[in-house]
Amino acid sequence: MALLQISEPGQSTNPHEHRLAAGIDLGTTNSLIASVKSGKAEILNDEQGSDTLPSVVRYTANKIIVGTDAKSAAAKDPLNTISSVKRYMGRGLTDIKELGGRRPYEFAEGDSAVPRIRTVAGDVSPIEVSAEILKSLKSRAEAALGDSLTGVVITVPAYFDDAQRQATKDAGKLAGLNVLRLLNEPTAAAVAYGLDKKAEGVIAVYDLGGGTFDISILRLHKGVFEVMATAGDTTLGGDDFDYVIAKWIMQQAGINETEKDISHHQMRRLMRDACAAKETLSNMDSAELNIELDDGSNWSGHLTLDVFNELITLLVQKTLLPCRRALRDAGIDASEIKSVVMVGGSTRVPQVRDKVADFFQQQPLTDINPDTVVSMCAAIQADVLVGNKSGDDLLLLDVIPLSLGLETMGGLVEKVISRNTTIPVARAQDFTTFKDGQTAMSIHALQGERELVSDCRSLGRFTLHDIPSMVAGAARIRITFQVDADGLLSVTAREETTGVESGIEVKPSYGLTDTEIETMLRDSIEHAEDDVTARMLREQQVEAERVLEALQAALADDGGLLNAAERKQIDVAANKLSELSNGNELRAIKDAITELDKAATEFVARRMDGSIKKALAGHNVNEF
Amino acid sequence: MAQTQTHFELFELPVSFDIDLQDLSQRYRKLQRVVHPDKFANASDRERRLSVDKAATVNDAYQILKSPQRRARYMLELQFVSFDDEKDMALDPAFLMEQIELREALEELNHDSDPISSLNQIMADIKKRITAVLDEIRENLGQAQLDDMQKNNVKQLVHKMQFLNKLQQEAEYQEENLLDAL
Repeated sequence: MALLQISEPGQSTNPHEHRLAAGIDLGTTNSLIASVKSGKAEILNDEQGSDTLPSVVRYTANKIIVGTDAKSAAAKDPLNTISSVKRYMGRGLTDIKELGGRRPYEFAEGDSAVPRIRTVAGDVSPIEVSAEILKSLKSRAEAALGDSLTGVVITVPAYFDDAQRQATKDAGKLAGLNVLRLLNEPTAAAVAYGLDKKAEGVIAVYDLGGGTFDISILRLHKGVFEVMATAGDTTLGGDDFDYVIAKWIMQQAGINETEKDISHHQMRRLMRDACAAKETLSNMDSAELNIELDDGSNWSGHLTLDVFNELITLLVQKTLLPCRRALRDAGIDASEIKSVVMVGGSTRVPQVRDKVADFFQQQPLTDINPDTVVSMCAAIQADVLVGNKSGDDLLLLDVIPLSLGLETMGGLVEKVISRNTTIPVARAQDFTTFKDGQTAMSIHALQGERELVSDCRSLGRFTLHDIPSMVAGAARIRITFQVDADGLLSVTAREETTGVESGIEVKPSYGLTDTEIETMLRDSIEHAEDDVTARMLREQQVEAERVLEALQAALADDGGLLNAAERKQIDVAANKLSELSNGNELRAIKDAITELDKAATEFVARRMDGSIKKALAGHNVNEF
Repeated sequence: MAQTQTHFELFELPVSFDIDLQDLSQRYRKLQRVVHPDKFANASDRERRLSVDKAATVNDAYQILKSPQRRARYMLELQFVSFDDEKDMALDPAFLMEQIELREALEELNHDSDPISSLNQIMADIKKRITAVLDEIRENLGQAQLDDMQKNNVKQLVHKMQFLNKLQQEAEYQEENLLDAL
């Protein structure tokens, strides 16, 4: 893929300060990490020269094994070897049971909202399992690049809901990564395609991975990638193809179909052999099967392409419904799509290609590597975000994939932000109290398209405190829902007649609370026998440095917006922070950062207004 | 920028119902290029928060200006017409009657022998009505300052649009159900 080499005007960092950044494709089946090296995105290989890391984690009594070695132990040690953990991210125990006995792990009942898988090394949450994969990628990158990473971009399926996104970000945090951004996988693919082909116009990205499916419709216009609509299914992917093949083999081999009669070992072997057969059928008309049974005997046979096609017809059909919905939400017709870009390993399946061609009335493009494209683009964006190169030419405007709503009377959901709204987005909603002297209220946030609470996904409960005591109905509580560029929801509230900000306590339905994350982080640091306070101090010092650097760059560009007195106020606060940041008083550094932040409030606002004015200066209607 | 800045001011456009959509989207992209959070990944926390706020405001303003119905409603609100959707529904009886009929037609689709072509007919009908109401709004919003009667008139039209849009959404929902059942 061709890459942009962009010069570095303005706030560029000098070459000695080149910051290391990476893009991570945290996949259901495989994960990759890439980085921009001398202006080109490259996949970082492990010591053996392999680019992909199987997303498999094996827990043993004394160590954690990630990748190829874990994968090859899966059939031998199924209960302690976790694969396809992405399917469990941001999900509750009930969701997982719905997936059937397909993933044979034992889950522990816990008091946390997050399910825990029982292993010999103790109970682990999907977030921790993902963090192990990320840690492995991180050390691979640091070995390849020779230093620690400043920041990373992690890709997620576009159709991931708030809980799944939050879980991914938390996994990054646990792995000790600075997650700059969550980037939607199909958007990443569109950017790679757009940069490579210098394409303009409307394109569709059909992304069928190991466990998730996304369809995104985007408009490409001079470096702006505007997602018009996205749809998908986060429980549909190549794994499901494997599963229908495995079931077919069971039938053929006379293995009792009720899953509880099948050993974990047998199921893992079947899934492995099914996957191999599927891959063979991408290029051949028939695949040989030789299955080792639990009683030590063997079954052999073959699976033809015709039979395989029949087995997966419904699954492939299932991807076309979201395609239709995405087109409608984008307000366009299939014939207006200029190209269809195929991403994800499962788009190698011939029937998938054929059905997509039929639906969009054109041959889909399969010439970009569906496995590596996403991480390469994430690397490009990470490089821009850490400030190595000015990303003036690149702007990604993404959308929220599912509507956000609130529970109202009678178990109904009132939509606050509808799906396919461009992010960031903020919406305010006013509420009042229904009892005299009421000082708290609870809000239940949901995500989904249906009318009933029970049909939508519960995101969490927000409890507001400190509402000023008034008579019933007098308070006007304005609750603002904000979705940031990562697609993550945050809620703020204030009582409008008194201007009092309410305290908000968040209880995620399927995620870790901040305290839980903190505890996990602490635990992992303690395990590493690192000094917790020393590490926190170091982090705060780095943050102080970052804040000061950003301020210096801003002052160099727009110092003219301040009068002498205002400038002095900022300088005083900056000097104070600069002095303190060399010391070892954690609290004092934190406070000085807050103070400097306050001193610069007006400057920051003026700068923003100035750039808005500049943006439209000289705009005329005939430009295009 | 003060809170009182209107969406038209943000986009540096005159207050008018007629908007060149292509020009609007260019202005939108130019604004997002300077306010989007990706441009502030290395900035201070305050700047990052401000950027999320601004980008959200630009997105919201763009959506309102882009949609004829929301633009009309917004223009009335700028002239201090307040909307209270639950109380303001006193529409003319003939219009309401039509609405009920269309809604019934939608509900009866399940018993239709060829529901998809009936649905297509209903959807075309709704579209035609939307265009008609839109023309009427454009005509009425042409004057710079509206008197009370005109304001009320446009307000009624905006409500009609809301009704029709809702109906259109329901028709699309039905379409989805019908196609899913195939």
